[in-house]
Amino acid sequence: MSAELGLAALWMAAALAFLQLAGGALAQRDAEAPLAALVRPAAMLQGLLALFSFAMLLWVFATTDLSVKLVASNSHSMKPMIFKLSGAWGNHEGSMLLWVTVMALAGALIGWLEKRLPEKTMQATLAAQGFVAIGFYAFLLLSSNPFERLPMPVAEGNGLNPLLQDIGLAFHPPTLYMGYVGLSVAFSFAVGALLTRQVTPEFARVMRPWVLGAWVFLTLGITAGSYWAYYELGWGGWWFWDPVENASLMPWLAATALLHSASVLAARDALRAWTIMLGVVAFSMSMVGTFLVRSGILTSVHAFAVDPERGTFILALLAVYIGGALLLFALRAGSVSEGRRFAAMSREGALVFNNVMLSAILGIVLLGTLYPLLTEAFGVRVSVGPPYFNPVGAIFTIPMLLVMTIGPLLRWREDNAERVRVPVAITTALIVTTALFVMLAAGNISLLPLLGLAIAVGLAVASLMPLRGRNLLRTPLSTWGMVVAHFGIAVSLLGMASESAFTEERLVAVAPGDTTEVADWQIELEGIDPVAGPNWTAMEARLLARRGGGEPHELRPEARSFWAPVQQTTESALLTRWDGQLYAVIGDQAPDGRWQLRLWWKPLVTLIWLGGLLIALGGVLSIIGRLASDIRRRSADRREADEHDDLAQIRGGRSGPAGELV
Amino acid sequence: MNAFKPKHQRLVLVSLALIAIIAAGLLAAWALRTQADYFYLPNEMVEEPPEVGRAVRLGGMVAKGSVQTMADGVTVAFMVTDQTEVRMPVRYSGILPDLFVEGSGVVAEGSLGADGVFVADNLLAKHDENYVPRELQEMDQHRAAKMAEETTVGLE
Amino acid sequence: MRWTLWAPLLLFAFFLGLAGYQLSQPKEQFIHSTMIGKPLPAFNLEPASSTRPGVSLADFKDGKPKLLNIWASWCLPCIAEAPQLEALKEAGVEIIGVAIRDRPEDVDRFLEMHGNPYTRIGADDISAIQLEIGSSGVPETFVIDGQGIIRHQHIGDVRAGDVPELLARLQEAAQ
Repeated sequence: MSAELGLAALWMAAALAFLQLAGGALAQRDAEAPLAALVRPAAMLQGLLALFSFAMLLWVFATTDLSVKLVASNSHSMKPMIFKLSGAWGNHEGSMLLWVTVMALAGALIGWLEKRLPEKTMQATLAAQGFVAIGFYAFLLLSSNPFERLPMPVAEGNGLNPLLQDIGLAFHPPTLYMGYVGLSVAFSFAVGALLTRQVTPEFARVMRPWVLGAWVFLTLGITAGSYWAYYELGWGGWWFWDPVENASLMPWLAATALLHSASVLAARDALRAWTIMLGVVAFSMSMVGTFLVRSGILTSVHAFAVDPERGTFILALLAVYIGGALLLFALRAGSVSEGRRFAAMSREGALVFNNVMLSAILGIVLLGTLYPLLTEAFGVRVSVGPPYFNPVGAIFTIPMLLVMTIGPLLRWREDNAERVRVPVAITTALIVTTALFVMLAAGNISLLPLLGLAIAVGLAVASLMPLRGRNLLRTPLSTWGMVVAHFGIAVSLLGMASESAFTEERLVAVAPGDTTEVADWQIELEGIDPVAGPNWTAMEARLLARRGGGEPHELRPEARSFWAPVQQTTESALLTRWDGQLYAVIGDQAPDGRWQLRLWWKPLVTLIWLGGLLIALGGVLSIIGRLASDIRRRSADRREADEHDDLAQIRGGRSGPAGELV
Repeated sequence: MNAFKPKHQRLVLVSLALIAIIAAGLLAAWALRTQADYFYLPNEMVEEPPEVGRAVRLGGMVAKGSVQTMADGVTVAFMVTDQTEVRMPVRYSGILPDLFVEGSGVVAEGSLGADGVFVADNLLAKHDENYVPRELQEMDQHRAAKMAEETTVGLE
Repeated sequence: MRWTLWAPLLLFAFFLGLAGYQLSQPKEQFIHSTMIGKPLPAFNLEPASSTRPGVSLADFKDGKPKLLNIWASWCLPCIAEAPQLEALKEAGVEIIGVAIRDRPEDVDRFLEMHGNPYTRIGADDISAIQLEIGSSGVPETFVIDGQGIIRHQHIGDVRAGDVPELLARLQEAAQ
C-alpha cells in the first residue's frame, strides 16, 4: 500500500508542478490572473508531496517489502537498518526520486521564504523551477518508476554492493544531491530575472545565500567523496579524474565562479549578463554530469547496465532546459543594460580575473571529460587522466591562486597598487622562500608540487590579511566566511602538494614475524587471522607500526570476501598522526606463503579534506552573515519607512509611499 | 589606471574572457592530443608500438598458463592475447584485482618499457555483466566502486 | 559583441549533436563466445544441490543434444526464465544447469520456488567453466550437440519468443 501512496503523491506533485508553471506564466501577462496567487502554495505543496513520496520509499526499504522490484533488486532482509535506508537511494530509480525531492523542496523553500524580489520575478522564477521539475517527474514516472511492483514477491532481496555498506557513503549521495539540485534555484532565478529583465543588485543578493547553501553541500559532498575513494578503493589516491568525479567538480567550479560574480553584482551592479550566464551554466553542469554518467556513453571501461532509452530521455531534457535557457539568454541578455564601470586594479578586476580563470578550468575539465566521446565518433578509443588534467589545469589554477592572495585586499571600483605594496611583498617573499627552502631540503622535487607548496604557504598567510587591523569581534561574519574559505583553499592545497611531493610507498611480500619499513616507520606483520562479519569473512592482518623505536600502533587491514553478493574488497587501515597518515593494504598470499603488503606514508594528506571542511565552513559563516545583515538592513528600512509615514501623517494627514516624500 | 568607459570596458572584458577561454581550448586540444591514453589491443601494440614510456592502455585476455609470480612475491608477469595469436608480455607490481584469473579479460594501464614488456601501473579485470540486474556482481573492486558511485551519486 | 551571446548556445548545440550521435550508435552489449563450434573443455563439477547430481564433460557425450544453462539463485532474470525452461523440459529437452557462485541452500530454495527443469546441476564457485566456455554473464544458455560441441549461445534470459529458436537449434544439432 505504501508504494502506491508514494506513487500517487508523485503524480500529484507532478500535476502541481504544471500548475506552478501555468500560474507563473499567466502572471507574467496579468498580475491579477486567478492562477497567479496559487504559484507559491503550489510550490510548497509540491515539496511536501515529493517529500512524502520519498518517505514512502524509505518505508518500503525499511520494512524490506520484497514485492517492490527496487527493494528486491537492491536490499536484503538481513542488512542493518541504516544500510537498508541508504539502499533506497543507492540505485538509479531511488536516486532520481531523491533528485526530484530535493528539487521540489528547494522550490518549496523559495516559495515559502523568499519575499525580497518583485512578485512578478518570483512567479517567473517559480514557473521556471516548476518547468524543470516537470521534466524530471516525467523521467521518473515514465521510465524509472521506483515503486514498481513485482508480479509476485521474491523470497529474498538481492543484497547491496558491500562497498555501499559504509556509513560515509550512506550520507554522501544525499549531500552531493543537495548541492547539484540546489543549483537549480540559481538556474530558476536566472531564468526568472531574464524573463522579467530584473537583473539588479537585489537579485544577486537574493540569489547568493541559495547558491552558497548549494555550494556548501557540494563542497562537503566532493570532500567526503574524495575521502571515501581514498580509504575505500585501497589505491592510496584521493582523486582519479574519473568522469564521475569530474561531473561533481564541474558544477562546483561554475558555482564558485557564480558566487564571486554575484558579489560583484550585489556590491557594484556590474557583470550582470555574466552572472546570469553562470547561474544557467552551474545547474546545466549538474544536468550534463547526470547525463554523462547515466546514459553510459562515457563508460568505455567502466561499462555497466545502461538503458539507452534513459540516456535519450535525459538528453531530451537537457536539450529543452539548457538549450531553452541559453536561447533565452542569447535573446535577452543583450537588453540587460550595462553595469557600472571599474578599473582593472580593483576588487572587481580581481574577481573578474578569478571568474575567467575558473571558467577556463571548467572548460578544460569539460573538454577532457568529453574528449573520449569525441574521438570515439572517429573510432579511436582513448582515456584522459592526470597527465592531461594536472598540468593543463595548473596553468590556470596557479595565476588564479596568485591573484587570490591580493584580490580581497583591494578596494572596490579603483585601487592604487602602492597601497597593497607591503602585503604583496610579504606574500611574494613567503612564496619564494618556501620554494627555495623546499628545493634545498627535499632536493629532487617536481615542479607542480613545489609550486603548490610555495603558493599554499603564501596564500595561507595572505588569506588572513583582510583581518589585519580589524577588531576581530566586530568583523562581519561574511568577511570571516571569505577568510576561512580562502584559508581552507590554502590548507587543502598544502595537503595535495605535500601528498604528491613526499609520499613514500612500499610494496612487499612478508611472512608473519617479518618487519618492513616505509619512510621512518618500521612495520611488523604479527600475524594473519580469519575474522567473520555479518555477511562477510576476511583475512585480517595484524600490523605493528613503530616510528623510530617508539610506541607500537596496531593496524588491521583486511581482505574481505562478501557472500551476498559474492565479492571481494580490500579494507585499508589508516593510522593518522598530526603530520600525516600511514596507509596499509593487504593483498593476496603469494605461492610461497608470504602475504602482499602495500604501505604508504603520506605526509600532511589529511589537510586535503580538512581544507575542504574549512571551505564549507566559510560558506556557512557567509550565509549566516549575509542573512543577518540583510535582516538588519530591512528592519532599518522598515523603521525609516514608518518614520516617513508618521511624518507624512503629521504634515498632510496623508499616508503614502515613503519614496514620494523624500 | 582610469576606469574604462562602460562600453569600452565591456569590450575589454569580453575580449579578455574570450582570449582566456580560447587559449584554454587550444591548450586543451593540444594537450589532449599528446596526453590522452590510447587503447591498444595486443596485435595493435605489436604492430605499431607506442612510444616507450607513454601512458596507454592495453586490453585483452590473460593467456592461459602465463601468470607467474616473481621472487619478490609482489610482481606478476603474464601474457595478454586477443583473437589473433599475438602475445604481449606484461609486468605488474601490486595487489591483483579479485577477478584477475587466467582466461579472463583485463585492461592494463601503464606504458611500454624499453625491453618490450608492458609495465602496468594498474589492472582492471574486465567482466561484463550487462544484463544481470545486480550489475555489481563479480566486478572488480574499482569498477564496482565507481559504479556504486555512478548509480548513487548520479551526477555524477 | 551581440554574437558572443550566442556562443554558449552554439557550443551546447555541438555537445547535443555529439551526444545524440553517440547515443544513436548501437553499442555492442554482449560478448559473444569464441568457443562456438568448438568442443567443451574437460571439467567435473560437484553437485550444487542436494536434489541433482553434479556435471562432467562425459554427461554431454551421450549422443543427444542438450541445453547447458548458466544461472544463479541470486539472479533475477533467472527467475524470469524459469517458466520457459520448464516449457523446454516439457518439450522433452534435457537441460543441464551450472550454478555460478552459489550456495546449496540458496539453490534448493530457488528450485523449490521456481521449479527444477534440470537433470543435473554443477556448482561453479569461481566461474571457471563459465569463463572457459566464453560466457561472461548470468544467465546464458548454450546448445551442446551429442558430441559435446558448443553449437549456439543464447545471452540473457530465455524469453517466451526464444523457445522456438532454441528448439530449432537443438533439432539442427541433432542432425
